[in-house]
Amino acid sequence: MSSAEIAVLPETEGFRIRWADLAPFIALALIVLAGALINSNFMAANNLLNVITRSAFIAIIGVGATFVIATGGLDLSIGSMLAFVVGIMIMAMNAMAPSLGVWAIPAGAAVALVVGSLCGLLNGLIITVGRIEPFIVTLGTMGIFRAFITWMTDGGSLSIDNSLRAAYRPVYFGDVLGVPYPVVITIVVALIGAFVLYKTKYGRRVTAVGSNADVARFSGVHVGRVRTLAFVIQGFCVAVAAICYVPRLGAATPTTGQLWELQVITAVVIGGTLLRGGKAHIWGTVAGALILEVIANVMVLSDMVSEYLVAAVQGAIIIIAMLAHRFTSAR
Amino acid sequence: MTAPMPTDAAAGDGAGAPVLRAEGLSKAYGPITVLRDVTMDIRAGEVHAIIGENGAGKSTLMKLLSGHVQPTDGSMSMAGRAVSFADAVQAEAEGIVLVHQEILLAPDLTVAQNLFLGRELTRGLAVDDREMNRRTAKVLARVGSPVRPWVRLGDLPLAQRQLVQIARALLDDRKVIILDEPTAMLANDEVDSLLQIVRNLRDQGVATLYISHRLEEVEALADRVTVLRDGQMIGTWPAAELDQRRMAELMVGRELSGLYPAKRDPQDAEPALVVEDLSVDNGAYQGSFTVRPGEVLGIGGMIGAGRTELIEGLMGLRPAQAGRIAVNGTRIDKQDVTRLMAAGLVYLTEDRKGKGLLLNERLGPNLTLQALDFINPGSRLRRNLETRAVRGAVEEYDIRVRGLSVQAGQLSGGNQQKLLLAKVMQADPKVVIIDEPTRGIDIGNKSQIYRFIDTLVRGGKAVVVISSELPELVGLSDRVLVMRGGRFVAELTGERITEQNIVYAAASSGRDTAKRTRA
Repeated sequence: MSSAEIAVLPETEGFRIRWADLAPFIALALIVLAGALINSNFMAANNLLNVITRSAFIAIIGVGATFVIATGGLDLSIGSMLAFVVGIMIMAMNAMAPSLGVWAIPAGAAVALVVGSLCGLLNGLIITVGRIEPFIVTLGTMGIFRAFITWMTDGGSLSIDNSLRAAYRPVYFGDVLGVPYPVVITIVVALIGAFVLYKTKYGRRVTAVGSNADVARFSGVHVGRVRTLAFVIQGFCVAVAAICYVPRLGAATPTTGQLWELQVITAVVIGGTLLRGGKAHIWGTVAGALILEVIANVMVLSDMVSEYLVAAVQGAIIIIAMLAHRFTSAR
Repeated sequence: MTAPMPTDAAAGDGAGAPVLRAEGLSKAYGPITVLRDVTMDIRAGEVHAIIGENGAGKSTLMKLLSGHVQPTDGSMSMAGRAVSFADAVQAEAEGIVLVHQEILLAPDLTVAQNLFLGRELTRGLAVDDREMNRRTAKVLARVGSPVRPWVRLGDLPLAQRQLVQIARALLDDRKVIILDEPTAMLANDEVDSLLQIVRNLRDQGVATLYISHRLEEVEALADRVTVLRDGQMIGTWPAAELDQRRMAELMVGRELSGLYPAKRDPQDAEPALVVEDLSVDNGAYQGSFTVRPGEVLGIGGMIGAGRTELIEGLMGLRPAQAGRIAVNGTRIDKQDVTRLMAAGLVYLTEDRKGKGLLLNERLGPNLTLQALDFINPGSRLRRNLETRAVRGAVEEYDIRVRGLSVQAGQLSGGNQQKLLLAKVMQADPKVVIIDEPTRGIDIGNKSQIYRFIDTLVRGGKAVVVISSELPELVGLSDRVLVMRGGRFVAELTGERITEQNIVYAAASSGRDTAKRTRA
């Protein structure tokens, strides 16, 4: 076999700018620019920080959803799961507050992480062991989690113990060197997510399973385990978001996290992750979450469009993003 | 090879005038000619069988005659009147219909709904279910099916669905009906009733073209037989002049070229792979075989004989029960791709695009997917290990790529196949099972793959090759096992490895069936 005929391979894989991968960031920049033109208050540091902080929940849950969607799955239960985990966490903290004092907060956070992961494990096992469509399973657990939080709050609200309120408040409202905690947490979660997805064998298998589950199976990848673990990661991320959410309002209600699943899926998809799996963009998801929140903010600040139409614009965004993707990838 | 002279004007037993005649029919895709200069006719009230190896051009001929594909040269005429079909609809309007091998029906609709799909009868705005059910019952009776029109298709066994498909073709009056391997998915008693239906159609004056791998069916059913080989028409004979062995000889008739490496001397060594009593659900029954180091074991058989099923069962990719499996003397308790790979057994799938490669991924992820734990210990990915593996594979298996960032789907078929071979070789296995090693790749890459296989075997590996290409099986194998109906039916060694023997074992029942009922 003469190897002389083979073109010499480049030393590195080469750095090519992929416009499709940059699209969510460019879109974000354009929307920010539009916001700045429409209302001068938009660029105020206060307003920007507020917007970024509020997008943290969708971004953190979105990191987990990126894993699930990359394997070809879908999780509709995340909004209800968040409410459920918030409720459990508040109950656990309130119960531990008399004996542990302020230490009830980290203890409650640990409980939240365990419960969130278990919720994800439940979804994952029903889907992989029971061989049922993720859409159906998580539609079911969505109803179950929502009913549980309604039952736990007795239809009203479940508030955090007053003795913990002051100590816990900074987790949402405080900052490190001017950067709000939720933003720091989002960055850490996204960094870890990107590491797992792009730098570990597990991440490689996630994209392989989403890309073609048969190929993965024939190559000895345990498809069920990879999928299940993606749902556990999703549950864990929901719990992290819950830990940031509790100090914001200090209570859980039956409407906590309602319809967040749609925002999360929107963020993931406009971030460049394929809904059918196989291609995942953690940072695109973060940009997607920011896009949704920035649009809402710009609409509230401007007088041109009623803020009641925010959801309509967000809905239009996902369709436009998909059309743009179809247009760019068709060439 | 001595064959009886084709008697072109041979009168089919009392059959009528030609209904459809093809003159010099050819089909080329770009520079590749897949069918060359076929001249034949089909007469009313006859069963005309078309036989040939896989890839001989049978399906192309069927598609030309039924308007699914348009010829690049040649003409067709019906009862002396020149015809040409732009699509299958035009051919159907002339009374020619092709019944596909796969069942192309909607399982959730009823039998009648399937029959009238796309041409529903209406009364006013509403569909006329009563009339459709009535006509369906009539046509089902014609093919001798006991099925009732309002039954959901998915609730029927495969054989009944096949009949429904034939009934669909007969809904309008047909002059020519083309059956493409109608018995491929049927069990023996179902085959018998299908053959009876074809005879009934013949008696009703329908001209039937019958494509089948199963020579005993052809012998039992056909009035005339046309043989294709390598896209060429070899001739048409009255079926009475041919027996199964003669048909096999006519189908093959080809010399081996220097395409294949010289055979090796078989070594006397402990088997590298022992399989005992392996049964795979709905596919293979009590398969037992062994392979020694330094040996190529070929597994032959027609498509659908259960070869792939057997091996996928062995690899734990399908539900299967095994008596005993040992790789390199290590007994395997639980079959699983990763465990078998660790023990030294790997499998290269026939479905390169569907089950072999991630077409949207680059070379690296594809190459390392299976042996990732072997190449890259620990849970963190190390790109330098991946790059080294890719460079090694590109060099060793001569994979022609523009750069490492090329996606697998952009490679040519031959380079994809080499990548796949490199992929399963990453963990340095002792036994390699290769399913259809050269399907759909050009001759240059073919010969390279043969040489790679030869190198592996001379290096002491044991190789199992499943192939539907007879010359390949004969050219590569030191020993050949032939499967038929999910079971091993013959073992050939040395001089006995010939295309004729393989075809005979794979296609015939081993007994020469009694001649046709209608003399």
